[in-house]
Amino acid sequence: MSPIHDQGYRRYPGERSPHGRAWAVIAAAGLRGFFRRREFLGLLLVSLFPFFVRVVQIYAAANLPQAAFLRPSPEMFRDFLRQQDIFVFFIAVYVGSGLIANDRRANALQLYLSKPLTRAEYVFGKLAILLAFLLLVTWVPATVLLLVQIVFAGNFTFVADHLYLLPAITLSSLVQALTVSVSMLALSSLSNSSRYVGILFAGLVFFSQALYGVLYAVTRDTSWSWMSFSANVSQIMALIFRMPSPYATPWPVSLGVMVGVIAAAVLVLERRVRGVEVVA
Amino acid sequence: MADRDPVVVLDAVTVRYGAAAALQDVTTSFAAGAVGLLGPNGAGKSTLLKALLGLVVPTHGRMRVLGFDVAAAPLQVRARVGYMPENDAYIPGLNAVSFVAYCGRLAGLPRVDAMRRAHEVLFYVGLGEARYRNIETYSTGMKQRIKLAQALVHDPDLLFLDEPTNGMDPKGRDEMLELVRDLARRKGVNVIVSSHLLPDVELTCEAVIVMDKGRIATEGSIDGLKQPRGRLFELRVKGSHDPEAFIRRLRAAGLECHATDEDLMRVFVPGEGGGREIFAIAAAEGVQVRHLRPSVPTLEDVFARAVGEP
Repeated sequence: MSPIHDQGYRRYPGERSPHGRAWAVIAAAGLRGFFRRREFLGLLLVSLFPFFVRVVQIYAAANLPQAAFLRPSPEMFRDFLRQQDIFVFFIAVYVGSGLIANDRRANALQLYLSKPLTRAEYVFGKLAILLAFLLLVTWVPATVLLLVQIVFAGNFTFVADHLYLLPAITLSSLVQALTVSVSMLALSSLSNSSRYVGILFAGLVFFSQALYGVLYAVTRDTSWSWMSFSANVSQIMALIFRMPSPYATPWPVSLGVMVGVIAAAVLVLERRVRGVEVVA
Repeated sequence: MADRDPVVVLDAVTVRYGAAAALQDVTTSFAAGAVGLLGPNGAGKSTLLKALLGLVVPTHGRMRVLGFDVAAAPLQVRARVGYMPENDAYIPGLNAVSFVAYCGRLAGLPRVDAMRRAHEVLFYVGLGEARYRNIETYSTGMKQRIKLAQALVHDPDLLFLDEPTNGMDPKGRDEMLELVRDLARRKGVNVIVSSHLLPDVELTCEAVIVMDKGRIATEGSIDGLKQPRGRLFELRVKGSHDPEAFIRRLRAAGLECHATDEDLMRVFVPGEGGGREIFAIAAAEGVQVRHLRPSVPTLEDVFARAVGEP
């Protein structure tokens, strides 16, 4: 009589997908995992509150003559994206802090990297999770607001007059989401504790803003804004939306700082995401 | 590739961690079937496995796994290799079946096949009843089994098992070793078992490569290595104030001596020499030989000779 386990293991004769798709597996599993959490769904719901307020504003402006002063403008879309900053922060902390830190804590990196996937695929898969959620609270509602405006107005006049709006919404959402995602992912790779990573990210955002605030209070000069993470995002966003700069810092400086942050984050990820940790 | 071609070939491989060399000019090959990778802690066994997976890049040398050059085609290598790491490793927040299926998906299996294989391998490794439990609640022995399951789910042609019985109780250890034997002998999976536990390797493997200080100390079939090129005696002595002096004297006379207990030792007499030589040295040292019995070489003797353990 053969042992029971003989019936439990068979060679696999089926198909295997080609290399290069593992990032999608990682991203899909991560997205599913977060969508199963009730508190996260609650956070997503709360993050849509400003969206509903704007929908009411657009409806009122389109249907009530007394509310004509509420009619949408390109500034409204820029302001909406700025209002979403707080939710971008909370989602970045909730989703992003554990993305790599938890894998480091559980020694999962060596499991991932012993499978047929590259380090870049692993990072891209993790990045896609955070990027998707951040775009879900920025690009998706802002784009839907544009559609809502068309529906309530019953014409394409506003969109035709501001053809740059959809590309501007897309580009500024991407710039913000990408900068935050890459920075958070790099921080997440630095520690085994997601709690510590969350605190570190909050510290960086608030410290950089506080530092700028102190320098501004002393000098009354907004050209120190390049020190602030969120001020740089605002500066680039204003440029994309063709609006006056809120700070005296030249936009290339803000852009340079953001590119520098992303480059530093990529460098950290390159050094920290390895199957073997070498302590020299 | 013919069936009995080596599954792994290393050619002058050197791996450095900073200034320290973990592998030094290692040239060897692993035959098909089950091969043990033996060595004391720090010998370079785990580094060798990680280098073969492409997780560590050698500073010098070339490696081929299942006919693929590791440097040129690491993904092809990893698609056909299963790796069971030494330390606890899992993906947080998942139950066992989701974890193993996820590993299958990462290795390129379609969703349905990955889930079906996950159930199969979990039953195979003995975790069928616990497959819906979160892995973080598993005992050490169960974590060893789940690591084997994730290494098997994509049906590899070659398995790297790094200390597969680490932390297991005797019953669990026996079951794990039986699984390894079954995979190698009945399921056609080539296996490399890295361990510092000689009985584990002796029970599961036909051949062994012994490493020490980043180099190959000896290699060959276990039966071949155990063939005596001389005679081995188990010896118990009494009467010497300094047993070390007696051991030193035996060694000076060209006999290999490994003390296994306070007064018990195993003495290897090369060539055709016999017990007379031992009695002569004992008489000269004023030592009484209380027990002298011809013995059969074990893998432990091979290991001790290879790494020069006292």
